[in-house]
Formats: sequence, structure tokens, C-alpha cells
Amino acid sequence: MLLRHTPKEITPRAALTINPAKTCQPIGAIYASLGIHKCLPHSHGAQGCCAYHRSALTRHYKEPIMASTSSFTEGSSVFGGQANLLQALNNIFTIYNPDIVAIHTTCLSETIGDDVPQIISKAYEEGKIPKDKVVISTSTPSYVGSHITGFSNMVKSMAMQLGGGSSCKKDQINIIPGWVEPADMREIKRLCREMGLNTIMFPDTSGVVDSPQTGKFNMYPQGGVRLDEMQRIGDSEATIALGKFTSQAAAEALDAKYKVPCEILDLPIGLRATDRFINTLRPHSRLKVPESINYERGRLVDMITDMQQYLAGKRVALFGDPDQLISLSEFLVDLDMRPVYVITGTRGKKFLRHMQEILGEAVPEAKVQHAKDAFLLHQWIKNEPVDLLIGNSYGKYIARDEDIPFVRYGFPITDRVGHTYFPSVGYQGGSQLLERILGVLLDRQDRDAPEEGFELVM
Amino acid sequence: MKKVNLPDAAKIKDELLKTYPTKVGRKRSKHITVVGEKKEDNSIQANVRTVPGIITQRGCCYAGCRGVVLGPTRDILQIIHGPVGCAYYSWLTRRNQTRPESPDAPNYMPYCFTTDMQEEQIVFGGEKKLKQAIQEAYDLFHPKAIGIFATCPVGLIGDDVHQVSREMSRELGINIFGFSCEGYKGVSQSAGHHIANNQLFKHVVGRDDEPIAGKYKFNLLGEYNIGGDAFVLEEMFAECGFTLVSTFSGNSSYDDFCKSHNADLNLVMCHRSINYMAEMMQTKFGIPWLKINFIGAQETANSMRKLANYFGDQQLIETVDKYIAREMQAVEKARAEVRPRLEGKLALLFVGGSRAHHYQELFKEIGMKVVGAGYEFAHRDDYEGRKVLDGLEVDADSRNIEELKVANDSTRYKPRLSADQKKKLTQQGIKLNHYEGMIPTMEKNTLSIDDISQYEQEKLLELYKPALFCAGIKEKYGVQKNGIPCKQLHSYDYGGPYAGFQGAINFYREIDRMINTRIWKLIDAPWKEEEQIRANFATS
Repeated sequence: MLLRHTPKEITPRAALTINPAKTCQPIGAIYASLGIHKCLPHSHGAQGCCAYHRSALTRHYKEPIMASTSSFTEGSSVFGGQANLLQALNNIFTIYNPDIVAIHTTCLSETIGDDVPQIISKAYEEGKIPKDKVVISTSTPSYVGSHITGFSNMVKSMAMQLGGGSSCKKDQINIIPGWVEPADMREIKRLCREMGLNTIMFPDTSGVVDSPQTGKFNMYPQGGVRLDEMQRIGDSEATIALGKFTSQAAAEALDAKYKVPCEILDLPIGLRATDRFINTLRPHSRLKVPESINYERGRLVDMITDMQQYLAGKRVALFGDPDQLISLSEFLVDLDMRPVYVITGTRGKKFLRHMQEILGEAVPEAKVQHAKDAFLLHQWIKNEPVDLLIGNSYGKYIARDEDIPFVRYGFPITDRVGHTYFPSVGYQGGSQLLERILGVLLDRQDRDAPEEGFELVM
Repeated sequence: MKKVNLPDAAKIKDELLKTYPTKVGRKRSKHITVVGEKKEDNSIQANVRTVPGIITQRGCCYAGCRGVVLGPTRDILQIIHGPVGCAYYSWLTRRNQTRPESPDAPNYMPYCFTTDMQEEQIVFGGEKKLKQAIQEAYDLFHPKAIGIFATCPVGLIGDDVHQVSREMSRELGINIFGFSCEGYKGVSQSAGHHIANNQLFKHVVGRDDEPIAGKYKFNLLGEYNIGGDAFVLEEMFAECGFTLVSTFSGNSSYDDFCKSHNADLNLVMCHRSINYMAEMMQTKFGIPWLKINFIGAQETANSMRKLANYFGDQQLIETVDKYIAREMQAVEKARAEVRPRLEGKLALLFVGGSRAHHYQELFKEIGMKVVGAGYEFAHRDDYEGRKVLDGLEVDADSRNIEELKVANDSTRYKPRLSADQKKKLTQQGIKLNHYEGMIPTMEKNTLSIDDISQYEQEKLLELYKPALFCAGIKEKYGVQKNGIPCKQLHSYDYGGPYAGFQGAINFYREIDRMINTRIWKLIDAPWKEEEQIRANFATS
């Protein structure tokens, strides 16, 4: 047993987190920054933060993840990191030549109280930032919130500091996709195109962290939202923000600053969340929902009706990030599955409220927690087992010890591929997700069936 | 060896420096050494700050302490005091394999323990939460020992992990010790290695004086059992009749550390990360150390012979010789298979604090040329040999890393060798407490580059067009996007083992596969050239 010391008996813990279901803010800020074209994320802190975040993102994406660091020493921790950041900016523009540098802080620079916007002003004054280049920043103290908070903070800063408007409304909408995979961002853009909409999506990591093998490394791949697009987001008819935890803050800030009305939706994962997404796009489109989308929807519904017997009543444990868990739980309920245990490491009472709406009647026995860890989830499973576990790659240790079918979903996925290439949003994404869930359940049935009950047709 | 015409390394060095701002270029220039014939030319700047804004391979002090040195130990429960990230990123990411003694024996490595520090603790202090976290960990797991690791904010707000450790140790009656390995200390992981060595030496080594059974007793230092390297070595030692007392710290246990001072020799694999321990054990207990290298078949054979000669028993020497002869048959067979496909190809290695040296041996064995090599966090002695130690300046960044004052242990110090034995070893060319460094083993007109930047890496790929680049996870995919395979020498790309004779065979085959895989020839679409011509024609 790998997690051999996890006891069945649950004792309260107030100080010790074991096997966290979250990580710290800055990594979210880096991922968001990568969704800007020709942007270099910069970590204002000690070297290790940047090294760890780059490594973690690289393991998930299997792509080069570029980011620079202020390389704090003990001296800078005492005297402040201004000199480091000024020097870093000068070096970055000379050596790596990005169009935009997106700075985020760390627990180190936050604790000592570095004023990053002030340092950036100084860098502009001192000519350390070339005239046609832009530097933005966001505050991401690791001791507040989680990686989700860091992503949300950077997206908001992006909207406020790169955004612009002309007070002349244009036939376009903003899409804030939330922390989803590049394949998901690509799929969301495709659905909008099918609906005949002009969109600006930010951040947009498609084409950045899933760039093709061409035989030539490109430090700034083709993808990412462009600066000229960002400078028009204030002119959009509306902002559609996907995922309360990751996108709401930016959408509301845009509304306040540029009077771009926003609609906050759940991530379009699964049937009904995608329905709501398409329905929200409809008033902005002059077209009827095209047949192609109706077909995609119909195929997903068809797949569910065909295979429903293998899904109904199955008990599922999930851990991951709030926006994903909300939509995923709703989808599982629509599949007649029972998401009995749901845990996120990220803190948020609104997560609990939302989950109550989804699970309250459908799965009254469900246990849902925020700001908790995968150790507790494992203990719950030991007390009453589940038929399926859904979570990031760390879940494989629980899945192996308890012999539970396992679908990898969320961040990070370090031991499989596909999550960056194949979407899980939209109807097609729903079909792919369903295919994976069915795959592990049916493999299990095949593995455990007695010889006479081993079925050719299922 | 196939003759290869190489570009002038001095010119390549100039190219690497061209784009840098003047001051940065001047600094970087000292970190790039063209290996020449004259020994005195081969000096290099190392273990100094990375210039801010440079995209570096380096990590932090915490990573070196918790990740590298302590990480591979299965039964010291390790609590990371700080915000959640540092604990999260060092959770199972280094592939340190371990084999607990039994299905019930303690193994905390698949777990991640953290105080998940919140704003409240940053403002009011986190010691209370840390104490409670230790209590909760004890109640749940009852470990023999607990290690507490400080992350950046802990040092800044003044939480005293050592005081808390002492208090809780008294209260719970188990060994609890702290590491002040805040990420901002030092200039790289290296400071963390030193801190880890110090605390293990202070709090763990020497706690168990029970004599150890068996002959030819030694410790293996600086072997972290990535991909099962330590397992290969353990088997080899056992088969030849040696007694391995403890390994720092691959496949290690707390009890082994406690009795490690009863060994008669320390073998040092990764000089950078563990030489402190070797030196301190020499001073306090009289245990000499011997730099060896088990990467590469020939180097493994040399190292095994040195080990046998150290103990000096004729029968042991013969057993080892027989073992080597047997193993070399399979090695030579595998080498003959791959060599024609690899001979003369170029490799560059930029990684770690010893691997960039050790792995050169494997490339030599398959006829490949290493045209550039450097470390991520090593010091000058790892490049130029310990001969430079006396003249080494300690700068402000390293001065704050504690240097333990160690003296002879009045009851347990015991010289391991007589004057005659020492003389005999010298005659055999076996130097104790000695490391010659990487650069003296490199060929002239090659480059040694310390703390290489992303920019320099790209330039090198462009200028040398090597067949293979070796680095870590952050570098891997950027290199490969150029159509050049990148072998990770931290994680082994989830392969291995590469140590010992079987490991050498694994590595030969791995490099052959990486370089000669069909996919590199299929990057371009069949129509690419034709369309390019058409496009050129249309625009002309």
C-alpha cells in the first residue's frame, strides 16, 4: 500500500494539511499570463518559486513553460526587491524581447511589502521598459486563497491593465474562459464561431501550451490574446465569464470600468452547463443555433441514453478545483451517477452553496467540503467505498490502494496525455469525458466478471 | 574514436555573450570557460547569484534541503511550515524510489504534510499552528522522527522552527528537528544541501552505537535513488560481499542514518550535495571518504576496484574482479550494438551538481563527444577540484549558511587506516578525501558553463546542432521543439536505472532510441518543401 498510514477513523485536524487539494497563487498567475501573446510571466520572489511553477506546469503540459524570476537573495529579502526587479526588467527586454511582462508576487515579496506597481513606474521613468512594451502586475500572496485565486487575480489585472475601450460599442463579446485546458479554450472559440459571434477570449492559452512540433523552438508561440484585442475589450457588447472562482472578478471589474455587462456562468462542462452557455450566446448572435451544434448535443444525449445502465447509481468521489467540480457534479447527476464525496482545497462558501443546489435533492447523502485535503477524501472512501474516483494525478495513489476506477481530471495531470489536446467543455467535450468515464467503468466490469459473465457486447 | 571537426569553442563563447547588456555579459563571461590545455586557464566562476531576469535552471535552498537531501528518506515525517505551494511542488516529484522493510513499515514519502500557512499566521506568527501540526502528525502516524522545513515567510516573520522542534521533541519523546532552509538563502539549491547535511549530522548521525555485523562496512553518500539507481548498487555491493551501512539518502531509513558513524568508509557519489557530511564524519569519527562514480561501466569498475583496495583483502579484490569481468561481457555486447549508430555524435550536458560530470563517462563509452557541460548549482571545487578550496572566497550570500564546528569525538573517534595502509593506497593511486572536479576530465576546445541561461542554451543548440542535450524538466520541451532530443538527467525521463553495469546498458539503449527514433525524420509534412518553393516563387 502506498498510502499505508491513512486510518479509516477520522479525527479532526486544525493545523496539519495532508495531501493538499490545492496549491499556491503564483502558479495560477503564470498560467493566466501564458494566455497573452508574446508575454513573459515574471515571478517576483526567490528562484525556487519560479522553478517549481515552471516544473509543475511543464509536467502537466509537456511543453516549454517560459518565465523569469527576480532571484531574491537574503539581501533582497532584507532590503526589498526593487533593485532586483529593475534589473530583471532591463535584462528581460534586452535578452528575451517579449511584448509584455506579467509580474506576479510571491509570499516572500508580499511579506516584506514590496510595492510592485511603484517599482514598475520607476522602471518606466528610468527607461528600463522600451516604449512599445508593456508591464503589468498582480498581487498573489501564497498565504491567501489558492492557485485558483492567483489565476483569477492575474485575469483581473490583465483586464484592468491591458484592457481599453473607445466608448464606441462593437459587434463583439468578451469570453473569459476560466482555468481550463488549451483544448477547451479552442473548443469554446469554435462554438462561438459556430454561433456566428466575434469574440475576444482572454486569457487564451491555446496555441501557447499546446504548440505543434515544427523543428523550431519559438519562445513566444502563435497563440494568446493579442494586445490590440485587449485594447478593445471595453467596446464589447458583453462579457461572458465562465467559472465564478476564476473569471467573475475580471468580468465585474470590466463592467465597472467600461460598462460592459457581464454574465457569470458555470464552466460549460456537461450537458446542462453547455446548454446554459449556448443559451447565453444566443441573444448576441443574429443566427439561430446552427444544426451542427444541435447535432453535437444530440450525439451526447444519445450516448448517455445508450449507456445509461452502466452509469446509474454509481458512487463517485471527486477532488479538484471549485469551478470544475460544480459543473462536473451537475453532469454526473444528469448521468444518474451519485457524486457522494466532493472536496476542494480552495476556500469558498459559495462553492458549498452551489453544490447544495446541485446535490441537495439529487444526492442527499453527499459530503461536500471546501478548504480540505485529499487525505480526508481518502478516509471517507475507506469508510464507505465508491465506484469511481475523479481527480488529478495524485488521485492514482488512492485509486491503486483502494482499487477504484480512476478518471484523471483537473490540474495537474502528470502521467497521461490527452487532457491538453481533447476538450472536456461543450457537447463534444462532454462526449469525450463520458467516453473516459465509461471506459474505466467497463474495463473494471470486464476485469472482475466471472468467465461465464464476460460480455462481448456491452 | 571517429574524428569530428568542432567549431572553435572560444568563438562560440563570444556568440553566447553578444546580446547581453554589458554588465551582464561581463558577469556571464566568468561563468563560461573554454577548456584549454593549460590547467591554470580552466578556472570558472560558480556558486554566485544568478542575475535577476535571466531565465535560470536553478531552484532554491528549500528545494535542495527538503527536495534533494531529505526527500528520499521514507520514515522521517517531513512537515513543511509555510504556505501550501512549497510542500505541494516537492510532493512525489523527484522519483526517489524506496523499499520499506515490510508492508507495514513506515513510508511517508507518498504523503505531503504542510501547515498551509494563512495570512493570520503571517501577521500573528505561525509557531502555534506548527506545534499543533506536529501534535496532529504524531497522533496520526507515530513516527520515530519528524523534520520541520522552513519556507521563505517563516524566516521573515521570525518563527523559530528549532525552538518549536525542541519543545515538541521533549513533549512527545521523539526526535524532532528543524531546517532553516528558507528559499531566499544562498544562491541556489546548494545552500539547502549544506543545511540538510548540518542538521542530519547534528540530530541524527551517531545516535546508535550498536556494532554492525558484516565485513567491509561503508556508507554511500550522495546517491538519491532516482529511477532505482541505489537498488542496482545495493545488489552489486551485496554480491561482492560488502556491507552497506546506510545511504544518504536514496532508499534510506532513519535508523540507518543513526548508525552510519559505525562504518569504515564513506563513498561519495554526488560531491556537491553531500561533501559536508563526508568531511564532518571524517573529523568527528575518523571515517575517510572516497570519491567514486557509479555512472558509466568503466567508472563503475574503477570505483569498485578502489573500494576493494581500500579494504585491501585479496579475496575481496578477486571477487570484485570476477564480478566486473562477468558484468562487462553484457556491457560490451550492448555497447557494440549501439556504438555504430552513435559514434561521433555531439552531446551537451547542463544539469545538477555532479551529474554533468558523471554522465560524460557514459557518452565516452558509446563514442559520443561531450562538447559542453556545466552545473546548475555546483561550486568551483566541483569544476576545478578540491585543490581550489583553500583560496575560495566566501561571499555575502554563502556566509550566512552555517558552517558547523566539528571536533574529534572523544570516545568514538577512531582512525580507520594505519600509516602503512595509507601509504599502500597512495601507491595504488587511490586518493582519499579528494575530488579532481569535472573540468580536468574534459577535452580541450569544449565549453564548461556554469548556471546556463535559457538564452545560452538556445544559442548552443543553434551553433553546435548537437544530437542530444541533457538537462531537466524545465528545459526538456524547449530543446525538443528544435527537433533535438533532450534527456532529463534529474528524473531520467521516468526511466532508469542508469547506475552500475546494468544501468550503463540501459543508458546506451536509451540514448540510441532517443537519437535514432523515427519521429525526428517525420517532423516536416511531405509537401512542406514544395509549398515553400511555390511560396518563394509567388513572392519573387
